[in-house]
Amino acid sequence: MTDHTTRRRRTTLTPAQWIGRAVVALVLAVFTAFFILPIVWLILAPTKTNNELLLNGPFSVGSLDQLAANWNELFAFGDGVFATWLGNSAFYSFAALAITLLVSIPAGYALALIEFKGRRLLLITTLIVMLIPNTALVLPIFLELSAAKLIGSPLAVILPFSFFPFGVYLTYIYFSTAVSRDLLNAARIDGAGELRVFGQVAMPLATPVIALVGFFSFVGNWNNYFLPFLVVGGQKIPVQVGLSNLLANVPAFNPTTATSIVIQLPTLALATLLSVAPILIIFLFAQRFLVEGMTAGGTKE
Amino acid sequence: MTVTSPPAPAGVVPTGRRRPAGRRATRVNAGQSRYGYLFVSGYTLLLIAFGLLPTLYAVYLAFTRNGAFVGVDNFVRVFNDYRFLPAVAHVALYVLFWLVSLIVFVVILAIVVHGIRVRWLGNSARFLFYIPGAIAGASSVLLWLFVLDPTVSPVSGLLHAMGYESLVNVVAVGNLPVVFTVIAFWAGAGGWIVIMYGALNNISTDVMEAARIDGASHVQTAWHIQLPMLAKWISYMGIMSLAAGTQLFVEPKILAQATKNVVPEDYSLNQLAYLYAFRQNDFSGSAAISITLLVVALGLSTVFIFRGKLFERD
Repeated sequence: MTDHTTRRRRTTLTPAQWIGRAVVALVLAVFTAFFILPIVWLILAPTKTNNELLLNGPFSVGSLDQLAANWNELFAFGDGVFATWLGNSAFYSFAALAITLLVSIPAGYALALIEFKGRRLLLITTLIVMLIPNTALVLPIFLELSAAKLIGSPLAVILPFSFFPFGVYLTYIYFSTAVSRDLLNAARIDGAGELRVFGQVAMPLATPVIALVGFFSFVGNWNNYFLPFLVVGGQKIPVQVGLSNLLANVPAFNPTTATSIVIQLPTLALATLLSVAPILIIFLFAQRFLVEGMTAGGTKE
Repeated sequence: MTVTSPPAPAGVVPTGRRRPAGRRATRVNAGQSRYGYLFVSGYTLLLIAFGLLPTLYAVYLAFTRNGAFVGVDNFVRVFNDYRFLPAVAHVALYVLFWLVSLIVFVVILAIVVHGIRVRWLGNSARFLFYIPGAIAGASSVLLWLFVLDPTVSPVSGLLHAMGYESLVNVVAVGNLPVVFTVIAFWAGAGGWIVIMYGALNNISTDVMEAARIDGASHVQTAWHIQLPMLAKWISYMGIMSLAAGTQLFVEPKILAQATKNVVPEDYSLNQLAYLYAFRQNDFSGSAAISITLLVVALGLSTVFIFRGKLFERD
């Protein structure tokens, strides 16, 4: 409110201020276009035929009928293998999500609120591993799994996906700032055991951090390409890996493609859109929650 | 990716502000500590199985050949591979471009968006910048294949004006560092902008108000007050992005596939490690490259945790 009144009072702008504002507006416009136009294009492309895509304006709208035709072409490809890929992605991501929550939430809770030997060591290790890009461990994990003869098993994807030190760290931060020890001690004095303290006092308070950890775990695993690309094949690949297989059947990119079944560009665009649709939808619905979660602490002081 | 990467979800970090949690309880309670172990047991197992063991196994592979200890032979062999140095150069150039563009544009955009007084406008801008973060991995590369292909691109006019007639022209090897920078920036910058924005909110309004009354322009306030306040976040972003950037894999991999190896399949270090394992069946060589990359990442993250002030340890 105060911002508005002070702005209204200074109605006359110097030329320098005008130029400043124009530059700011231009910068914002250019970057907004950069970030958003590719997504708009991706949403429109599957409504067109291949020729419309090549000849019409990039932001022209096709028709719903054509969208349905492209949809049918995509799901007919390889006896509906695209649906299998989507199902695999969902299976891997949800299974890993469940394990991640099951192990990370208690671990973060214990690191924050229970004293035990080795706590600091575990905490520092978690921090160090958390800051390593997750791709750095992919080849070593592949080598390990192939020594353990687990390559090709869904577990080879799910178990490494479940290891999520960032989630433990988030939970640790949450419990050490948002839940007081005194509250837990009061419950202990009332005779509650440790499991009840965790289950009935701490857990009900933990909903926001469970959602946040769940979100980051799901998004990270759904979008992961490198690990599943190495450890599973055939019918077991998730959609991210499937997409690149699809690419091999697009004549526009591979003129010498050997297969007789081809994928047209609008169908490939539809596949790309569907491969990110679950994540895009979560982003759209959870935006306020996420932005608040990401800046938690930063905005409160 | 990388970005994105990701992985840990690229670029998302809570602030280090917190009360030291463990200080007050001085005596370790035996009953409690048993439950402490129980609560961390599952996570610790995963940490050992997918953090510690693979690292140790890769170290073992990197220093042996067919089970016999060979010292640094594997490292010497891969470093002398004619593909190794070009891959280092490719990755280094890409990381340089990416870091510079991240630092310059993320900081400018965060400050500009933070300066927007109209609330819904600022919020929408942040959200719109952040949304591409939803599209990572192979999907973002595929989307950019379309954007960079002059025949279908939403910016085909721009590409034609720059003299490009086909995808293969656009992704010529010399252009790749820029191409990968654009893709990584598109997907990853928004998350960092949101984080920087949060950090800017930490600057007390009194300080900003005082500067305005003293007649400081927006540029002066940004340069003398906001930028120093962001310094530790910028260094954090830089180090994380440097570590992630060295891991470049999915972008050149898919571009190689889409262009029938106009983009070479040994462009980046991780691709080379992949070729060693899958094409040459040489796990020792692959492990040597992986360990080299892992040491870089571990070094960066360890130095940052012990020297940086972002994660004060308790």
